[in-house]
Amino acid sequence: MMEAVVVPMEHGLLLAGFLFVIGLLGVMARRNVIFILMSLEIMLNACGLAFIVAGSAHGEADGQVMFMIILTIAAAEVVVGLGLVLQARRRFRTLDIDQASQLGG
Amino acid sequence: MGLTWVQLIWLVPLLPFLSFLTLFLTQGRLPRPLVGVLGAGSVGLAALVVGVIATEYLGAGNTAPVSVQMFQWMNVGGLNPSFGFIIDGLSITMLCVITGVGFLIHVYSTLFVLEEKDYSRFFTYMNLFVSAMIILVLADNLLLLYLGWEGVGVCSYLLIGYWYEDASNGRAARKAFIVTRIGDGFMALGMLLLFTHLGTLEISAVTTAAAATFQTGDTIPTIAALLLLGGACGKSAQLPLQTWLPDAMAGPTPVSALIHAATMVTAGVYLIARMHDLFLLAPVAQLAVAFVGLLTLLVAAGTALTQNDIKRILAYSTISQIGYMFLALGVGAWSAAIFHLMTHAFFKALLFLGAGYVVYSLHHEHDIRQMGGLARRLPIGFASFLIGSAALAALPMTSGFFSKDEILLAAYEHGEWGGLLWAGGALGAFLTALYSFRLVFIVFLGPTRTEPSAPAGWLMGGPLLVLCVLSLVGGFIDPPAALVLPASPPGHDAVMQWVTPAIPIVGVVLAWFLFSSRSFSFGDFATGPGGALRRFLYSHWAMDWLYDRTIVRPYYWLARINRSDAVDYVYAATAGITRVGSSALALTQSGQLRWYAGTMVGGLVIFVAILLGIL
Repeated sequence: MMEAVVVPMEHGLLLAGFLFVIGLLGVMARRNVIFILMSLEIMLNACGLAFIVAGSAHGEADGQVMFMIILTIAAAEVVVGLGLVLQARRRFRTLDIDQASQLGG
Repeated sequence: MGLTWVQLIWLVPLLPFLSFLTLFLTQGRLPRPLVGVLGAGSVGLAALVVGVIATEYLGAGNTAPVSVQMFQWMNVGGLNPSFGFIIDGLSITMLCVITGVGFLIHVYSTLFVLEEKDYSRFFTYMNLFVSAMIILVLADNLLLLYLGWEGVGVCSYLLIGYWYEDASNGRAARKAFIVTRIGDGFMALGMLLLFTHLGTLEISAVTTAAAATFQTGDTIPTIAALLLLGGACGKSAQLPLQTWLPDAMAGPTPVSALIHAATMVTAGVYLIARMHDLFLLAPVAQLAVAFVGLLTLLVAAGTALTQNDIKRILAYSTISQIGYMFLALGVGAWSAAIFHLMTHAFFKALLFLGAGYVVYSLHHEHDIRQMGGLARRLPIGFASFLIGSAALAALPMTSGFFSKDEILLAAYEHGEWGGLLWAGGALGAFLTALYSFRLVFIVFLGPTRTEPSAPAGWLMGGPLLVLCVLSLVGGFIDPPAALVLPASPPGHDAVMQWVTPAIPIVGVVLAWFLFSSRSFSFGDFATGPGGALRRFLYSHWAMDWLYDRTIVRPYYWLARINRSDAVDYVYAATAGITRVGSSALALTQSGQLRWYAGTMVGGLVIFVAILLGIL
């Protein structure tokens, strides 16, 4: 009988942290709005992974509940975000976020 | 015996005041003849009432002062002055001068300022002045006196600046107002000191309380008397506050006659005479009065010798003559001072109105170097100047002779300083004769330099003739002021009685000698022999220069550096920091979404680092 391999919680959390930072850097570095949205998705999924890891480590279902909520939020966010992207594309004729700076003081 | 008319004393200030109100509220919409009738008529009516009251009061043979209370003015913290008038020999003398001479000057003015576009404004101020001056001399308490005192000061300011379109007239008016205000400040302090120590400002109460509280020579009455002297110096143009009066000649000539010769400038003499009991308690202050008068009369007489403006000569002679009144007050010849005040009002009003008469015919030419040979062309002007100057120089049998003679003899009788005071006064009398007849000879004799137009009408000639008569016989009037004032020192020195009248005659003879030998030359005025002395005297002993350098310019300098007020820096800095901070923070609102995200992350990192204790 094979012994169950248990992934330590620290490894899971580190992976979640890496994913989060990658997403964050993507939000800050990319100029294309589509890629910014994708980076945001990565950040959300990093959060979800952290919840799952923490929930499994403590043996509780709360982590999975939180992940379900995050999934829902991500779906809603993509709907609104893509709608905005379409509007921005139509108005500015570009997807470059730096061009949309009319609110500058 | 009922003094029915005396109870109507309130009519005297009220009549000119009503005329003032009418003229003020109609703002020049009344026709000119009506304005003249109102302006001069109200003062004439007041003079009539004064005449009746004086006859009744003096006829009753009662020398006790009559007090007429109108109403309680205020009642605050023990200070309860009433609006009350006091009628005695002193105030009646002053009233007769103010309303009598004032009426003549008003009549004269109806013609003199007829060409002005602000005819009504002139009489508005003049009536207000007469009203305030009457309140000044009738007041039974120092606060009411101060009200009149400030009232005449304001009217003086308004009338000096009557021709306000010329900026220099405005400057002269401000100078007069500010310089007299310095004196008024002293006077207010003196009043406060008296009130603090005696608890009342009513004049009769002050004198009784002062006599009961203080010993002769105490510090408090000395300081109070010196402060009142400061006020009198400002108003009466005495050293060291006399510099405003010559500039005050910027006003119309009747104003100079009424305010700056006959009435307002003698208010200081009246004040000291009214408070004589206080000055008797302070021999030091009284001696100071005498020396202020002596110095002033000599300084002003010296300056008058060199002036070329007909009105400035008269202005300096006014300062000098008021100096004589102060000298009289200082040596205890109280009634002689008031006597000289009265005769001076007659002959100086005559001289000023005569000057106005001459100037009017010469199209407002003031410079005596442009005048000459006017005796035949303007006989009334010549007569008034001859009589006025004779009285001013105190030639025997003129009005000025009786009063000035009395002053000089009283000065001689003054204890330890008698000889000095007499010698100074006699030197002044000699100079007075010299400069007044220099003026007469240059203006009326010799070659004609400017052709005069026809002499002015009888509205100007008439008052001149009346004043001529008064200047001649005014010395025989015995002013009832002597009834309330202490007697002059008795016993006149036999030799001095003959020497004193001779001095002005010497002056007149010298003036004639200098004139006929053409020594009153103007060409080498500043460069000829003694030019430096003449320039020094011409500049009024460089006093204007001195005040300009020591007071006016430093004050301007202070005002200039204060223009950027140190306190303002605090508020300016607050506003500046806010503005700089705002523009710095506005830079961060770039509209760059990625920049916002970056700063948020940066902030978060720092925050978390702090929470973890790394930073």
